[in-house]
Amino acid sequence: MSRSRSSSARGVATGLLVRAITAVAVLLMFVLLATPFLALVLRASPSRLVSRLGDPAVLEALRLSLLTSAIATAIVVAIGAPVAYLFATRDWPGKRPLEVLVDLPMVLPPTVAGFALLMAFGRAGLAGQALGAFGITLPFTTAAVVVAQVFMALPFFVGPVRAGIASVDRRFVEAAVTLGASEPRTFFRVILPLARRSVIAGAAMSCARSLGEFGATITFAGNLPGTTQTMPLAVYLSLQTDLEAAVVLSVLLLLMSFGLLLGLRSAPAGWFWNRARVPAR
Amino acid sequence: MLEFQLASRLGAFSLELGVEAPAGSVLVVVGESGSGKTTLLRLLAGLATPESGRIVVNGETWFSSERDVLLPARLREVGYVAQDHALFPHLTAAQNVAFGLEAQGVPARETTTRVRAALERLGVAELAARRPLELSGGQQQRVALARALVLEPRLLLLDEPLSALDVQARREIRGELRRLLASLSCVTVYVTHQPAEALLFGDTIAVLEAGRVSQCGTRDDLMLRPRSAFAAEFLGVNLLRGTVTGRAANGLAHVSTSGGEVLVPYAEDSGEVTVIVHPRQITLSLERPAGSAQNVFAGDIEELLPEPPDGSRIRVSLASHPPLVAEVTRESAEAMGLVPGRRVHASFKAAGLTIQ
Repeated sequence: MSRSRSSSARGVATGLLVRAITAVAVLLMFVLLATPFLALVLRASPSRLVSRLGDPAVLEALRLSLLTSAIATAIVVAIGAPVAYLFATRDWPGKRPLEVLVDLPMVLPPTVAGFALLMAFGRAGLAGQALGAFGITLPFTTAAVVVAQVFMALPFFVGPVRAGIASVDRRFVEAAVTLGASEPRTFFRVILPLARRSVIAGAAMSCARSLGEFGATITFAGNLPGTTQTMPLAVYLSLQTDLEAAVVLSVLLLLMSFGLLLGLRSAPAGWFWNRARVPAR
Repeated sequence: MLEFQLASRLGAFSLELGVEAPAGSVLVVVGESGSGKTTLLRLLAGLATPESGRIVVNGETWFSSERDVLLPARLREVGYVAQDHALFPHLTAAQNVAFGLEAQGVPARETTTRVRAALERLGVAELAARRPLELSGGQQQRVALARALVLEPRLLLLDEPLSALDVQARREIRGELRRLLASLSCVTVYVTHQPAEALLFGDTIAVLEAGRVSQCGTRDDLMLRPRSAFAAEFLGVNLLRGTVTGRAANGLAHVSTSGGEVLVPYAEDSGEVTVIVHPRQITLSLERPAGSAQNVFAGDIEELLPEPPDGSRIRVSLASHPPLVAEVTRESAEAMGLVPGRRVHASFKAAGLTIQ
C-alpha cells in the first residue's frame, strides 16, 4: 500500500517536471523565433511601409525576386519530378552518391555553392568555356540568379516528392499497367495526381527557398540592381545605406514566406484533388 | 481458351501448377489463404514473372520460358479485378472506366459511348460522376468490373470478387455475377477461399493446396471423387438448384428442383436458390424412412469410394434424381450390405441445410 502510494507520488512529481521542462522549451523556442520577426514588424510603421512600397528600388527588387523565383520553381518541378520518380521507383549501383549529390545544396554554405557554380559556369569554368563557344555567358545575368535558385531549391522539392511517390499504393500503379497504360501515362495520370500533395508542398518549399536565396546568388550572379539584385540582396545592401528600405523589404519577404507556408498548411485536403470535394477517409 | 503451366518460387513458397480451360468458361481456383491464389493471378496478368512454364491464351503465347517469350503486362489483354478493386481514388467512376480505353488511344467519342455501355451493363450508369470513396463496396465492385470488361479482355481475372462485400451486397451481386460471367466469351479465372463460390461459379474447379493443384475437374468430378481431405470436406457436397414454389404448413419453403421437390428453410417466397447438402447430412436406409427427415430420394447405388485420407468413411453415389452423394462409415456400409446396384433411400432434414 505505502509503496504504491509513494510510487504514485513520484509519478506525479515526474509528470510536473516533464511539463515544466516542456513549457520552458516551448517558451524559449518562441522567444528565439518570434522576437526577431516581431522586432522587424514593429520597426515598420504601416503607413511608411505602404508609401515605401512604391519606391522604384523596392519595386525593382520585388519584381526580380518574383520573376526569378517563379521561373526557378517551374524548372525545379520540371527536372525534380522525374528525378524524384527515378529515386522512388528504381535501384541501380551508385544511386546513393547521386542521392547525396541532390541533397548536398541543403547543407552546403550557399556561398560555397555560388563559388562552385562560378567555377563551373564562369567564363573560364568547366562548362562556361563550352557555353562561351555558343556566345552564352551566364555569370552576372538574371539567368544566373535562376540557376543559383534552382541549384539551392532542388533538394527541397525532390525530397518530399520522392517520399510522396514512394507512398503511392502499388495497387494503383499495377491497375494502370493491366489497363494498358504506358509508364509515362501511369506517371502523369495516376502517380502524380495521387502524390499531388507532396508535389504542391515541394513546389511551395522550393519557391520559398528561391525567394530567400542570398549567398549563391550574390557569389554567382553578383549584385546588379534590376538584373540580379533580388530582395534578399537588396536588403543586405540597404542595411548600409537606407535602413527603412531594408525594413520594408524584410517585412515584405517575411510576409510572403509566411503566407506561402501558412497557405500550404491550411489548404483543405480537398483542394489537392481535382474538381470535386472528397469526403475524408 | 486458356492453357498454362507455371512454376514460380518466392522464398520458401513455391507454386507449381498447370490448368486448361475452354473459351467462355469459368475456372475457379479454390484454396485457403496462402495457397498461392493471388500469386497465380499476378503471374497470369504479367505483374510477376514465373521461373518457368508457359501461358497460352487463345493460341497466343503470353509467356514461354522454352521459347523465351514474355509479353509485358500492359500488352496482355487481361481484365484484372483486384480483391479491393483498386479503383483510382482521384478519378470518377466514368473516368476509371475510360482509363484503359484512353491508354489504347480509342477516340474520345467512342470512349464515351463504350464507357456508358459498360456502366449500364453493370447497372451503375447513374453513378458515373461519383468517386470511389463515394461508392459502396458493391458499387465499387461493379465499377471495377466495368473498367475491366470495357476493354473486352481475352482473360478476366477476379481475385475474391465477393469477399470485400457485406452479406447483403454479396447476395445481390452473386446472381448477377453468375449471369455476367456466363455471357462472356473470354475465359474467367476466379480465385476464392469459399468452396460455395467455387461450386456456384466454376465450370472447372482447381483445388489449390500449398502451391499445388491437388485436384482439377468439373463440379461432378469433385463431388463424386474428391482426392484430398480439403476437396472432400468443402467441395464434395451436393448442390441442388431450384426455384421456390410455395410454402409448406410447417413454414418450410417448397423448392422445385430438376429431380423433384425439396423442403428447405428459406424466408423468401420466390426466387432461385441453391441448396447445399453435405454428404454427411444424408442418411441411407434400405427401407423408406418413416421418421422426421423431410426430404427423401430413392436410387440405385452407382459407386462406393473410400474417402481420403484413410478410407474410414465411404462415399456412396446414387443414381437418384437428382444424383446424390452420401457419406457413411465403413462399418455401417458393411452392416447395411451396400453394393453397387442396390436400391436405397437417401434422406436429409431441412434443418441444417445451407441455402444460397
